Order: sequence, then structure tokens, then C-alpha cells
Amino acid sequence: MGRYVVRRLLQMIPVFIGSTFLIFSMMYALPGDPVRALMGDQSFDPERLASIRAELGLDKPLLLQYASYLGNLLQGDFGTEIVSGRPVADIIAAAFPVTIQLTIFAFTFTVLVGVGLGVVAGLRPNSIRDRGLLTLTLVLISMPSFVLGFLMQYLFAFQFELTTATVPEDPAITDMMLPAIVLGSLSLAYVARLTRTSMAENLRADYMRTAVAKGLPRRRIVGVHLMRNSMIPVVTFLGTDIGTLMTGAIVTEGIFNVKGVGGAIYEALFRREGATVVGIASLIILVYLLTSLLVDLLYAVLDPRIRYA
Amino acid sequence: MPDTTDGKMLTAPGPAVTETVAPGPESGPAPAKARSLWSDAWHDLRRQPMFLVSAALIVLLLVISFAPGLFTSASPRHADLANHYLQPPNWGNFFAPDWLGYDGQGRSIYARIVYGARASLTVGIGVTVLVTLLGTLVGMLAGYFGGWADTILSRVTDIFFGIPFLLGALVVLTTFEERTVWVVILALAFLGWTQIARVARGAVITIKQADYVVAAKALGASTSRILLKHILPNALAPIIVVATIALGGYIAAEATLSFLGVGLAEPTVSWGGDVSTGREQLRNAPYVLIVPSVMVSITVLSFLMFGDAVRNALDPKLR
Repeated sequence: MGRYVVRRLLQMIPVFIGSTFLIFSMMYALPGDPVRALMGDQSFDPERLASIRAELGLDKPLLLQYASYLGNLLQGDFGTEIVSGRPVADIIAAAFPVTIQLTIFAFTFTVLVGVGLGVVAGLRPNSIRDRGLLTLTLVLISMPSFVLGFLMQYLFAFQFELTTATVPEDPAITDMMLPAIVLGSLSLAYVARLTRTSMAENLRADYMRTAVAKGLPRRRIVGVHLMRNSMIPVVTFLGTDIGTLMTGAIVTEGIFNVKGVGGAIYEALFRREGATVVGIASLIILVYLLTSLLVDLLYAVLDPRIRYA
Repeated sequence: MPDTTDGKMLTAPGPAVTETVAPGPESGPAPAKARSLWSDAWHDLRRQPMFLVSAALIVLLLVISFAPGLFTSASPRHADLANHYLQPPNWGNFFAPDWLGYDGQGRSIYARIVYGARASLTVGIGVTVLVTLLGTLVGMLAGYFGGWADTILSRVTDIFFGIPFLLGALVVLTTFEERTVWVVILALAFLGWTQIARVARGAVITIKQADYVVAAKALGASTSRILLKHILPNALAPIIVVATIALGGYIAAEATLSFLGVGLAEPTVSWGGDVSTGREQLRNAPYVLIVPSVMVSITVLSFLMFGDAVRNALDPKLR
């Protein structure tokens, strides 16, 4: 187990470097120049431009720039923004807690409601409630999150006036509920469908017949035997989902005006602030890689037949 | 006759999916034999109401995007602020320019959704075609050759897979000053091929151990012949399933990016862009936002239902 974790952590290093390098090169190699943006529309001296670029190290080859960026990153230095001079670490420290809170809410909502609905439907495949769930989830999946977001905003804030349209500066927990539901609803639909399919498939398994024949109480058959065996595909999906939720927050945060990572990265993109974009992206990629490792370790918990040497 | 059924079954998702299927019939079983996977699937599909409904909707959307002029006489770019500023919909007046009202710039919303169909469908189908071609190629090479080729290709796949789709698309697209339909297609395909590559690799690894592949090798068939005539046709089913379901997702992704202001921009008419124009008037003129939103959802829903039906027909496990 310990050796397996170490091996997986080592394998993550090239993937992490590759993914962040890809984002880095897209930010720095493609046209669009923060130093030029710094000048605005006023006329400028090309020599001055060149000297600023040299000062910031932007004239070096891309690979060298990336190497020095990665070196700094390993020492916890995320760099500074070119225009505002603000340390990127500050921006991250301000934005991440908000998004993490939003993601945790959305994730909890996804797991509880998604698995719940999936179990209800999966226990009776092809019943009315099963078909109802399949239709409901299909509709949810076909609504892009901005559509659902505006729909919720229109209904709950403008029509019923239950909440405010946008989340206030210092949000209370209840303020984050609506954005979290919007953010989590797509994943919820997938989770419900996966749970339902997996349960319906396992209902026919031999161990289920055995459990019933042994005369176990129904609660135990469903809760222990069926659930534990049906959760593997769901857990796999949930693991990769955290990264998706964190980027999906770009849209949701925009609609509800939440001051999180989404807003920060979106702004930084248009100002071509490479350090901010790459810094936030690296953290999201890291979260994604770690959760996928966690998922693989969870397999062994759910299914004792899986062992890691 | 697998030859004709293949063509029929796949007319709707677009020409290029049929193109990838093309090698199928040549190596398919003789017509005298029991029904092949494809004709069996086609037989199954014709009976599914979900398939018939979604196929009809997709055909309608394709016709709209090829010939928007057939559906409205109004121009989507003609703005008449003086007479039509936020004029509410006239629900009874079907298919007239004022049917769905006018937006904040005095443009007919009905004309805009009719002309917006082309961009959505082109992006959805274009990305799916490119992703299928690239993903199948990478997956087949990695799965068939194994060893070093597999290690390198799988790592590259992992790297691309590690970048969240929306984030990557935002980064790529903001670097382009002029974002045409083709730029958006290329950007989404550049980031999206990994899923199909993984599916194709898995399928090829299973298939390459099959007796008929061993037999073909023993008979001295060349590598390219084995790959194209024996492995590809048999690995296609799972690839097509993933690709048709992903198509709806790409349409949603394009709308989301256009909504965020990094997808298609004027003068291209796009539903996502119209949703973002409508958001300022959400409180007093919600239809400006709701109409294009509903169009995006209906289109994505049609392709999802289509993909679901194709999966039900092609996946033997679900029978």
C-alpha cells in the first residue's frame, strides 16, 4: 500500500509538469502581451518595452522561463502580477477559500441527492420512478450550467424573491446554497444515473441472491451488499469531478457574482497575467491529480478483492 | 446488408461519422450470415421512440442550419431600436419576426435563433469529427503497439486529461483575437480527444488478442491492413457511442464559451452570445435570455437522446 502510494505520487510528477507546462506555454507563447497591455493605448518607446520585458525575464526562451517558474513554485513563490504588482499568492489566498467552500457545498449536494435518487430509481429498474429519474436527469444534463443558473436566479431571486440575485461581499452559508446547487446539478445528474445503472446491474448478481436466500434483512442487503458493490463507478466519477466543479465555478461564480477562483482566473486571462492563470491552474490540476489517487485508494476499501502491492 | 444499414443509421450525426465507419462494411460478415452488430443495432434503433424523436429533431436542426432563410424572412442582424426595443413576444404569431419578441438592440429573437443554429451544429459536429479521428488514431497506436509507444502516448493523454476542459478552452481561446467557428472547433478538439483515445486504446487491447487478428498476422497481413481492416471495424462501436454522447457536450461547451465572451463573437450569430446579451434585461425582459437558452437545451437534449439510443443499440451489455 505505502509503496503503491509512493509510486503513484512519483508518476504524478511528469503529468503535473506536462499539464502545467501546456498551460504555461499557451499563456506565454501565444500572442497577447501583458507588457504591451501595461502601456495601454498611449504611445510608447520600443526600447523601454524591451527593457521591461528583459527585467521580467520575458525575453528568455520559453523552456527557461518555465524552469525558473517551476523552481519558484516549488519554493512556494507564485510570482507577482505584472500590472498590479500584487503577489499571486495573495490573490490565491483570497479566492481559493471561497471556491473551495462553494465546491464542497456542491459536492455534498451532488453526493447526497445524486446517490439518493440513484438508489431510489435503481432498486426498481424500469418502474415509473426510474423512468422519471432518467427523464429528469436527461433534462438536467442538457441544460448548460449558465442556463440553469439564470433560470434559478430568475425564479428564486426575481419571481419568488427568496434570495438576492447575487451573492453579497461577505457571504453567509445560506447565500452560497443557490450557486452550489447550480454548480452541482450536472454532476448530480451523472451520479444519479451511474448509481442507478450500477445498482440495477448488481441486483441480478449471485451474491444478492445468496444474501436474500440467507434471510438477511432487506436493509442490510441493500445498505451493505448492494451499495458497497455498486459504488465503484460512482466513486470514480466523483474523483474526477472535483476538478471539473472547481473550473465549472468560473461560470457559476460569474452569474452569482461570487468572488472566487473563477472570477480571478477570468479577469487574469483578459489581462494576460500569466503568473495568476498558471498559478491557479496548477493548484486545480494538483487537486485533480490528488483526488484521482484518493479514488484509486478508495477502490480497495470498497472492494477488498482489489489490493495494492 | 451491413452496407446500407451503416449509412442509414449514421446519417444524422453528420457526414464525417459515416466516414469513420466506412471501413466497417468491407470487412463485415457476408450478408448471408446472421445479422451483424450494425444491422442488429439498426433493427433495434428503429423501434426506439427516443431514437425516432431525437433523429427527427436533429434532422430539423440540420435543415435549419443549412437553409435558415427557409424559416424566417427577417435578418438576424437588422436592428431597429426605434420601433422594436425589447418588444415582448407575440406568442400567437407563429414564425413571424415578432413571434419571440425583440432583444435590447431591436433585433428579432426568432431570426437570431434560426440563424444561430448553424454555428452550434458546426462546432458540435466539427469537434466530434476531429476528436474521433485524433482520439482513434492515438488510441489505436497506443493499444496495438504497446511498449514504448503506449507509455509515451498514454502519458501525453494523461497530461491533456489533467487539464480541466473549460479552463483549457478559456486559456486557448483568449489568445485568439479573431475567434471564428474554425478556431473554436480546433481549440475544443485540441483539448477534447483524450476520452476517445482512452476508450479506443482499451477496445484495441482487447481486440488484438482475438483469434482473427492472430490468424491475420499468421497469414502475413501487413500491420496497416490488420489495423484498418480487422481492428478498427471491431473497435468502432464503443468509440461511436462515446462520440455521439460527447457531441451534445461540445454544443453546450461552445454555448458556455460564447456566453463567457471567449467563444464565437459578432458577426457570427450564436445562442451562447445571445444569452449573455440577454442577461442585462433578465429582470424585465426574461424572454431575451430564455429563448436562446431553451434552444441550446433542446439541441443538446436531442443529441444526448440520440447518443443514448445508439448506446442502447450498440452496447450488448445493456440488452
